[in-house]
Amino acid sequence: MSRLMASIRSTWEHDPRKDPNELVYVLLGIGALVFPLAVQVATRGSGSFLISQAADAGVYVLLAIGLNVVVGFAGLLDLGYAAFFAIGAYTYAFVASDHTEFTPIHQAIHIPFWIALLVGMFAAAGAGAVLGAPTLRLRGDYLAIVTLGFGEIVPRLFRNLGDWTSGVNGISALDTPTLPVWLNGPWSGDSLQLVQNFKIIDPLAYYVIMVILVAICIVLVSNLRRSRLGRAWMAVREDEVAAAAMGVNTVGVKLLAFSIGAAFSGFAGTFYGAKLSLVSPENFGFTVSITILIMVVLGGMGNIPGVIVGSLLIYYVIFNVLPGLPNMAADFANSIGAPGLNTPSGEYPGLSGEVQRLKFLIFGLILVLTMLLRPQGLIPSRQRAEELQKGVHEDTVIEDLNAETT
Amino acid sequence: MEGAKLAPSRFGGEVVGQLRQARTAFVAAPIGRILSVLVLLMIVYVLFVLLTRIFDRGGGYFLQIMIFGVANGAIYALVALGYTMVYGIIELINFAHGDLFTLGGFISLFLLPIVGADESKAGTAAVILPLIVVFLATMAICGAINVTIERVAYRPLRHAPRVAPLITAIGMSFILEGLMFLWKGPFNLHYPNLLPAASFAIAEATIHLRDIFVIVIAVILMIVLSIFVSRSTLGKAMRATAQDQDATELMGIDINRTIAATFFIGAVLAGAGGTIFGLYYNTVVFDLGFSAGLFAFTAAVFGGIGNIQGAALGGLLIGIIIAFSDGYFESAWTQVVIFGILILVLVFRPTGLLGMRVPEK
Repeated sequence: MSRLMASIRSTWEHDPRKDPNELVYVLLGIGALVFPLAVQVATRGSGSFLISQAADAGVYVLLAIGLNVVVGFAGLLDLGYAAFFAIGAYTYAFVASDHTEFTPIHQAIHIPFWIALLVGMFAAAGAGAVLGAPTLRLRGDYLAIVTLGFGEIVPRLFRNLGDWTSGVNGISALDTPTLPVWLNGPWSGDSLQLVQNFKIIDPLAYYVIMVILVAICIVLVSNLRRSRLGRAWMAVREDEVAAAAMGVNTVGVKLLAFSIGAAFSGFAGTFYGAKLSLVSPENFGFTVSITILIMVVLGGMGNIPGVIVGSLLIYYVIFNVLPGLPNMAADFANSIGAPGLNTPSGEYPGLSGEVQRLKFLIFGLILVLTMLLRPQGLIPSRQRAEELQKGVHEDTVIEDLNAETT
Repeated sequence: MEGAKLAPSRFGGEVVGQLRQARTAFVAAPIGRILSVLVLLMIVYVLFVLLTRIFDRGGGYFLQIMIFGVANGAIYALVALGYTMVYGIIELINFAHGDLFTLGGFISLFLLPIVGADESKAGTAAVILPLIVVFLATMAICGAINVTIERVAYRPLRHAPRVAPLITAIGMSFILEGLMFLWKGPFNLHYPNLLPAASFAIAEATIHLRDIFVIVIAVILMIVLSIFVSRSTLGKAMRATAQDQDATELMGIDINRTIAATFFIGAVLAGAGGTIFGLYYNTVVFDLGFSAGLFAFTAAVFGGIGNIQGAALGGLLIGIIIAFSDGYFESAWTQVVIFGILILVLVFRPTGLLGMRVPEK
């Protein structure tokens, strides 16, 4: 028996597949395929809400992958990433709804979803380039501040320019994406058939499209990471002066990282707008930027599978666990025979209200504890983990000679 | 074309070099130049509109807005000092600082009834002693809290990459907001109106005694701070630590104590600022610190981050700009104006108005 274990272990240790990243990819792939069926079985056919939520989670996965290019690969801190998300979503609202008829243009524009995806992408990338060009030569912290300011300005512009964006109300009734053909089947509760001119309304369809888009983006970003540009990003991240001395055009490389990151955000924003069929300036605040940043950092900066796991986990906690907590607490109070805890009195808002008030605290605690306990993230890239190890436990002077001077 | 094919003679090299330069200039410079010209035109236009409106509304209104802006700016300056000191010494954008300011308001709101200061005594001499006690206690409590935060959340990460302490700072900001939310809920809280209601008029503008109170207290605190930093041994240690931590440590100065002292002083000023805010506006709310913190931080950057006089000046200017934007334009645009200024300052003059050499580490 022990020999068997030993042989398994040696296979595991010598097998190149033991790389945790590949394991995560395989698990994620299987999970993505099985998820809709599992949900339908588990909820006896009424799981479309969960599937729809999973498609929304995909938006955050896209955002996290994009921010990972900026923060993880190139080491630029972006605190206003939601601005590009907003730009993508609003671009879709402009080019694919009746809304522009009510703006000074007086002419409705309807571009198909698939082209609008690209339009949103380029609009966001353009905004990224315009913001990045003058600011990327600044020191790291200043860039963070500039992006923070930009992230605060953009949603306010959308809110204040009422003539163009209808202000606080946002823009609603955006076009529904369509597909020329679509295969229905038992997985969506229908008989097997091909549907012509399929309108994407069903959450399952969004889910499938989301999974495909995420897969494409993963391939794109992994290739980028391995490319000459990706290596230049990492060189700039580790030591900008040394990278410049080696002939890397640091500003150009950083600008590309910034715009490519913004492009992903615009891409995700377009999908988000199309799925929700509504955009409003309230959905793109500082908390969104911070949430995406936390997803990247918690998952493991610079490591794509880590970032995906991190974003799914954080999404689950924020949009599923935390909103459910107040009811859980109220049920719990009832079940232990203390329903009195639930009745609000005076300043006391009842147990569920009290738990609801905890959300900021829980969110903050997650942030602080993650950084203190596992600053390299859940599934870190190997380089990153080593850097952090070196940084935290100050090494002996002789070892330090090899390390980057701080 | 012929020239380009020649062996790289000095002449040919020069021409190619010049061509290349011209091409780079042609591609890169115009975008930047067009952008800066556009920005400049926009600023000129806004200033023009502002001037016409100032003349339209008359001098009394202008003076009124100015007084309000200066009082407001004095509060922002107090908060900005904390940002600038912490950034100057450990290069951390302390996102939790704005919430510490709010916490100052909450703590003093809690302490006021305990020392027996209520609205029935407003404006009388009986309120002076309790107010002084509340000020000192709030400042001490805020300082202690900030030192604890530094010990728990920032010190362990001092040698980690820069993102790590920044994220714990954001996390601490959420925790402080969460604690205040848990304590008092999401409501605008009424803060007792204790300052005298007396006022006098100058050229159609009414100046309340409370405006003067705010400005005087803030100025006193800032003078004490700047004397402390420039004269005391601890102040000297702070400046040394900001310049070079390793060398300072070799000189036998306890870095940890110095940094803790910086956080303490920053929080003392924020606590005082929160109390002054409460007394001036008679309201506090748990998430006040988010936007106030960002404004104060903008003020610190505006004046030149790391520079104490700069933070004071920046706070004052930001206060005045906010008052002008609120008074002559719509308040919905105020945040756009402030963050626009933040970005422009960083792009065109990253060292801020008064500037300070901050080496890239």
